[in-house]
Amino acid sequence: MFIINCPYCGERDQTEFTCHGEAHIARPDNPSEISDEEWGKYLFFRENPKGTHFERWTHDHGCRRWFNVMRDTVTDQIIKTYKMGEAKPVISNE
Amino acid sequence: MSNQNRTIYGGKVNREKPINFVFNGKSYIGYQGDTLASALLANDVHLIGRSFKYHRARGILTAGSEEPNAIVQLGLGARTEPNIRATEVELYEGLEASSQNCWPSVNFDIGAMNNFLSRIFPAGFYYKTFKWPPSMWLFYEHFIRKAAGLGQSPTAKNPDRYEQKFYYTDITIVGGGISGLLAALGAGRSGCKVLLIDENPELGGYLLDYNFSINEKDGKKWLKKIIDELNGLANVTILKRTTAMGYYDYNYLTALEKVTNHHVEFSSTLPRERYWRIRSKKVILAQGAFERPLVFADNDRPGIMMASAGQKYLSRYGVLPGKSVVLFTNNDHAYLIAFEFVEKGAKVTVVDTRDLLNARISEKCKSLNITVFKSYSVIKTYGDKKVNRIEIQQVDKNQNQLTGEVENIHTDCVLMSGGWNPAVQLFSQSRGKLKYDLKINTFVPDKIIENQKIIGSNNGQFNLQENLNESFEAGIAAANELNFNSVEKVNWTGKEEIEFTHSDVEPYMLGKKKVTKGSKHFIDFQNDVTAADIFLAQREGYISVEHTKRYTTTGMGTDQGKTSNVNALALMSHIHNKPVDEIGHTTFRPPYAPQTIGAIAGRSVDKLFDPERKTSMHEWHVENKAVFEDVGQWKRPYYFPQNKEDIHQAVKRECLAVRNSLGILDASTLGKIDLQGPDAAKFLNMIYTNAWSKLEIGSCRYGLMCNEHGMIFDDGVTSRLGENHYHMTTTTGGAARVMSWLEEFLQTEWLDMKVFCTSVTEQWAVLSISGPNSREFLKDLTNIDLSKENFPFMKFREGEVCGVKARVFRISFTGELSYEVNVPARYGRYVWEKFMEHGKKYNITPYGTETMHVLRAEKGFIIVGQDTDGSVTPSDMNMDWIVSKKKEDFLGKRSFTRPDTVRHDRKKFVGLLVNDKKTILPEGSHIVEKALKQPPMKMLGHVTSSYYSPTLGYPIALAMLKDGFSKMGEQVVVPLMNGKIIEATVTDTIFYDKEGKRNNE
Repeated sequence: MFIINCPYCGERDQTEFTCHGEAHIARPDNPSEISDEEWGKYLFFRENPKGTHFERWTHDHGCRRWFNVMRDTVTDQIIKTYKMGEAKPVISNE
Repeated sequence: MSNQNRTIYGGKVNREKPINFVFNGKSYIGYQGDTLASALLANDVHLIGRSFKYHRARGILTAGSEEPNAIVQLGLGARTEPNIRATEVELYEGLEASSQNCWPSVNFDIGAMNNFLSRIFPAGFYYKTFKWPPSMWLFYEHFIRKAAGLGQSPTAKNPDRYEQKFYYTDITIVGGGISGLLAALGAGRSGCKVLLIDENPELGGYLLDYNFSINEKDGKKWLKKIIDELNGLANVTILKRTTAMGYYDYNYLTALEKVTNHHVEFSSTLPRERYWRIRSKKVILAQGAFERPLVFADNDRPGIMMASAGQKYLSRYGVLPGKSVVLFTNNDHAYLIAFEFVEKGAKVTVVDTRDLLNARISEKCKSLNITVFKSYSVIKTYGDKKVNRIEIQQVDKNQNQLTGEVENIHTDCVLMSGGWNPAVQLFSQSRGKLKYDLKINTFVPDKIIENQKIIGSNNGQFNLQENLNESFEAGIAAANELNFNSVEKVNWTGKEEIEFTHSDVEPYMLGKKKVTKGSKHFIDFQNDVTAADIFLAQREGYISVEHTKRYTTTGMGTDQGKTSNVNALALMSHIHNKPVDEIGHTTFRPPYAPQTIGAIAGRSVDKLFDPERKTSMHEWHVENKAVFEDVGQWKRPYYFPQNKEDIHQAVKRECLAVRNSLGILDASTLGKIDLQGPDAAKFLNMIYTNAWSKLEIGSCRYGLMCNEHGMIFDDGVTSRLGENHYHMTTTTGGAARVMSWLEEFLQTEWLDMKVFCTSVTEQWAVLSISGPNSREFLKDLTNIDLSKENFPFMKFREGEVCGVKARVFRISFTGELSYEVNVPARYGRYVWEKFMEHGKKYNITPYGTETMHVLRAEKGFIIVGQDTDGSVTPSDMNMDWIVSKKKEDFLGKRSFTRPDTVRHDRKKFVGLLVNDKKTILPEGSHIVEKALKQPPMKMLGHVTSSYYSPTLGYPIALAMLKDGFSKMGEQVVVPLMNGKIIEATVTDTIFYDKEGKRNNE
């Protein structure tokens, strides 16, 4: 069970949080103008990487804020947590 | 004779304090400090139970939590527990235990027949025999479960209380033996917060059972000094009788503390067990090691036990398990035990698999009259319910086989020592990687993943001297790494008569010899897995270690193979002629030892399992005999029976009261969200399918919410209270979901929108009054102008009701003239009672959710989650009228034009009227194309809501029907479970007041 560093509250137990899947999937600005395929991509297609993954989490039993988590899916190490709207961190190759 | 195997002196039992206990119906006496196992051995009881598959006689193999054989049914009635290790049970007055897996008794067990039929019960027997035909498995299973299985579960409710404790600490140390104690001392002296966990009632581990000296002083005195110092440190917490069960990510450990299990009286103030959930910055594993059995024919007879267990029974409990003892060993260290047994009056013979023996040991054996058979192996044992004779034979190392004459030794106790396996279970749970150490022939920790240290014999280090200093320094280092001050190192010198060295253990495996036919070489005692089973699994292609495990069930008992796993792997290595490292090992998973479900549940049982939410009028409902139903966590009145009414009579009366005069519903559970901010209207436009920009202050509007797939997921009425202020209502069950949904989009997509959402569900009590008399009724109780002109349908007004500030919404879920009166929750019951009193002249009738459902169904109003199921669009529900054509965008809109959502043959929302005018179709019934004698039948849809309508006098139903809108007036058939076939006519969904005049009155 993880310890997650909520950008607003600090380190808390995973039981206080909920994961909401992949982060940085922006809702299209112009849904009516895009093709079924593009809309389908937004709705259904997700990465499933072995390694660094970007996820959305909420601190439900805390501040109720949404934020992003950069996590390694192999080691479960949380590399970084950051607020919504902040730029996606670069994956280092080390 | 009682306690005939007890030594006259020695051990830590209190011979002045006898304890009475019962085993298999017979009374015995043990002493304070005994375990059930030691007390039974003291009373010369060796036959404890019958094995799982072959029902073989089994005794006591070990003296700890790794015990595979001596598992008993403990306690009686509601407190009875199966599969309890007798080696761990502290004796208490009046303890009652019995053997498992035997009938009619452990001495005469009919199932023991399996032993003679074992040729037909090889590994995979059940898989092979009961596989076909598949439909018969349920039939077979019934009998197999009866024949197999260990103890009995209690059938009554658990009367005990279990607690949970959440704990945060700097360092957790698992294991209170020499390594754990010294690590705790090193860390404790530096001032950091230390938690030391040990599963035994007494700290000291190995040191309690062996003679040794530290700094030239008696080791046991030294041990006491160390424990005293630890007890005096305020920053060190020591948990005894506590087993670390699980090791999860980020140094999260769970541990089970036995609080009153060993007490005579069950405490009313203390819990039975306490489940610890521990988070620590650092973990030090110091769990020690398990001695490994040796594999030979019939190595499972009562009287055959681990050498270290024999030592423990002798030194800690003052029990001599046999008078004529054979020590079968492959290492030097076990000779210590031979010496100890001779000193306590036993005759000892040693069978050693090795040919070279340390001169000092040889001499001592000679002086103590111990016969040593070098390069010999035990090849078979005899004895019905206890070992009485063994056969030994010389081992030819070069030929890799047994040679020479078979010799017989008469004995009443065989102690075996095959080396040691570090207890790597928790280490492996923490994803630590293991490697095979050829020097001591076992798996040892290799790569550490967590912020963790592993020390002492747990790390494959068995030398006392080295463990003393390394463990203490590990404690200091751990504290240092957490930025605590360094403390001075201490140089300890530890001495044992025979030091444990690394070249000590000879790799001894049965694989060197052929499996003797007709006898069983047990690898896994608890699951009755023999060497022959492992051979068979390899022959049949179950070569992967995971396959071998599952096919043979090695390591799958309640002991999780603590004594068997390494031997199984070594045997596989021999069969495949590959290093053990390449064979690998199976994954260790929590829990480390069996644990009660009660402890995991803790206090989350009964009423505390899930919170109950009650409205402020709840007690009135209780007093007025409401029958309740659960809606989410809410308790809602289902109906209010009067006199001896059943549900049908009560609902009929309630429905008619609403339609004809006045009904009142507690609608407080509806989700309520307060939205404020300059972008609130813009936000609502995106959330709901219809348009919100033009909603005037003081007006209400019904809205549908869809997810991005275009599927309906909630509905409700939202009212505009002020310029930038809205009051949203949601379904009772969907309140939290909708709140999260709103927050998700505000926080992740539209960060620039200025809107605040606040849940106010519990701040308001809602009294929904409904019926043609509701205006007349309410008029006298409020200062709000209720006239049709000034307060029309779908409007909202503020004022006072019964002298209480109120928000009144003129909305209707019944189709009648209705007002939803919202007052601050604390006034809920007050206003409710005023309403009941004042409403007498209108025969005001409280109604519950069932009546609410009937009334809304008569009007064709949907219930999200009942008529919809997450796969229907507004169009499917014939609700295109609420989907804005003008709005550029809203959540779900784009999906309305996906090829799948525009299909013509989608299921559509229709009404159904049964032709016989009396059958109430069961909800969930299928509408089929053609009714056949039995399924499969081609399905066209299903009934979502179905009731008898008291207003109309006949049943009505709502359904989802393929291409339903073009089937109006057509006939459909609905086959019922009882074989009847019901015919119905497809109609629209509004059964009553189609023009909607009544709520506009």
